[in-house]
Amino acid sequence: MRKTLILAAALLSTGAANAGNVTLLNVSYDPTRELYKDINGAFASDWKQKTGDTVTINMSHGGSGAQARAVIDGLDADVATLALAYDIDSIASKAKLLAPDWQKRLPQGSTPYTSTIVFLVRKGNPWKIKDWPDLIKPGVHVVTPNPKTSGGARWSYLAAWAYAEKAPGGNAAKAKAFVAELYKHVPVLDTGARGATTTFAQRGIGDVLLSWENEAHLALKEAGGDKFQIVYPSNSILAEPPVAVVDKNVDRHGTRKVAEAYLQFLYTKPAQEIEAKDFYRPRDASVLAAHSADFPKIALYTIDDVFGGWTKAQQVHFSDGGMFDQIYKPGQ
Amino acid sequence: MPGFGFSLGFTLFYLSAIVLVPLAALIIRPWELGWSGFWAEITQPRVLAALKLSFGASAIAAAVNSIFGLVVVWVLVRYRFPGKRIVDALVDLPFALPTAVAGIALSALYAPNGWLGAPLEQAGVKVAYTPYGVMVALIFIGLPFVVRTLQPVLSDLSRDAEEAAATLGATRMQTFRRVILPSLAPTLLTGTAMAFARAVGEYGSVIFIAGNLPMVSEITPLLIIIKLQEYDYAGAAAIGVVMLGVSFFFLFALNGLQAWIGSRR
Repeated sequence: MRKTLILAAALLSTGAANAGNVTLLNVSYDPTRELYKDINGAFASDWKQKTGDTVTINMSHGGSGAQARAVIDGLDADVATLALAYDIDSIASKAKLLAPDWQKRLPQGSTPYTSTIVFLVRKGNPWKIKDWPDLIKPGVHVVTPNPKTSGGARWSYLAAWAYAEKAPGGNAAKAKAFVAELYKHVPVLDTGARGATTTFAQRGIGDVLLSWENEAHLALKEAGGDKFQIVYPSNSILAEPPVAVVDKNVDRHGTRKVAEAYLQFLYTKPAQEIEAKDFYRPRDASVLAAHSADFPKIALYTIDDVFGGWTKAQQVHFSDGGMFDQIYKPGQ
Repeated sequence: MPGFGFSLGFTLFYLSAIVLVPLAALIIRPWELGWSGFWAEITQPRVLAALKLSFGASAIAAAVNSIFGLVVVWVLVRYRFPGKRIVDALVDLPFALPTAVAGIALSALYAPNGWLGAPLEQAGVKVAYTPYGVMVALIFIGLPFVVRTLQPVLSDLSRDAEEAAATLGATRMQTFRRVILPSLAPTLLTGTAMAFARAVGEYGSVIFIAGNLPMVSEITPLLIIIKLQEYDYAGAAAIGVVMLGVSFFFLFALNGLQAWIGSRR
């Protein structure tokens, strides 16, 4: 067993050194399965054309925070493509596997595509849910995962907070009250975005699902289009899932060149086209315009504008004893 | 006995390597917090609520399994009927099934739009996404432990004693209470203890059906996962140590009870 492992390791490293046959490990979050399946195929043929080398990209999917922890604990990721910057920040700060300023290395804060949080409601929208305040109408049940374990749920929480704080007459105290009320309408806190989608779509729980835009489109497609509909609130949050090369790992594997090319490829027109097709908002203006029917224009707050960046948002809202924990303190 | 020194030495080494070393690693961890930090961690209302739910639901599930497990064993051992082998094999399924699959199946069944959930909802009972859902999952995974520990013992129990009791004028109830139950009790306790221990640590099948609301339906293992997600390894280990301590206490007490019953006979 040991021998075969050593042999396999030796084979892998020589493969990387000769660069005739390269393997990359992309550690990603849950809802990107479909996206990266399409992207990887396109990149492999592009790379083959340019260099003659064959590149194989292995994927690992899971909750964004859990994936970050796996990389910190030694999962050998060449690139990390996670749900939010804080998770890659953690890899940089806790395991020092990449530079703290990683986000400056690629355009647009290293986020080649964006998404947002939308409402998925049942056909006909029986509760007439149009905007954030409708979510706390008496009797409405909202499904969203636990922000402690799900990256998408953190964006949902922040979108609700941003709405309440930026509404006319809004402030932080009102935002806290709104979000606390909102979570009183949540009957199930799943651990991940996919789990919440299943709870809403398959189990029939709840009247509205707070969901990634891409995940909502996927649920719509899978259900055949006559069970659910997507509602765009008047404003939401600009969710920016970032990508980064994990420096120490690629240098050890000798895969830096191809890993960097892989991430740059995400910004090219063909890749942006794939991202739009899988319902991620492309950064490229012309591709976005071509798919404008799928991506209605709504006002989007950014995490930097409202929360002063991820580190601060994480600290204030999702750390132990933070805002989210306070919602569930007894007697509140 | 020849070979005692070697086999005892090997046993101690093996137990240390497999059980004690990982547990020691767990127990060392939370002291990074200090005593007061450890105490503050485990006395948070949310942690206490989770511990109460985990141990309470596990105890109820184990009790239910001990009663109905006994009935199942009785039927499987004492009667012959067509399809008996299939029923016998069915008992083991909760062992073999990946726990996540069990959880998804149970939540599909008990959800308000599921086969069982819909009629129950009509009757005003909610199972999925409530603490009852936790119990249902724990009963499911615990059953084989009771059945499989009891089965060989009941098979070995001769019927002569029962027949003797009957000829001496004992009623069926008296025979059951005075003759059968005392011989089964120690094993029944072992099976119940195993079902209980397994239920306390169960994660996969429960999170799909529990609802996971803090203070209401959040089990302790999930709370540990949440702590890990916050890179709070010491806090997670603190809760783990409490679970370990309470479980050990219960199992130790059950073992003592079992020995006491054994010595009384």
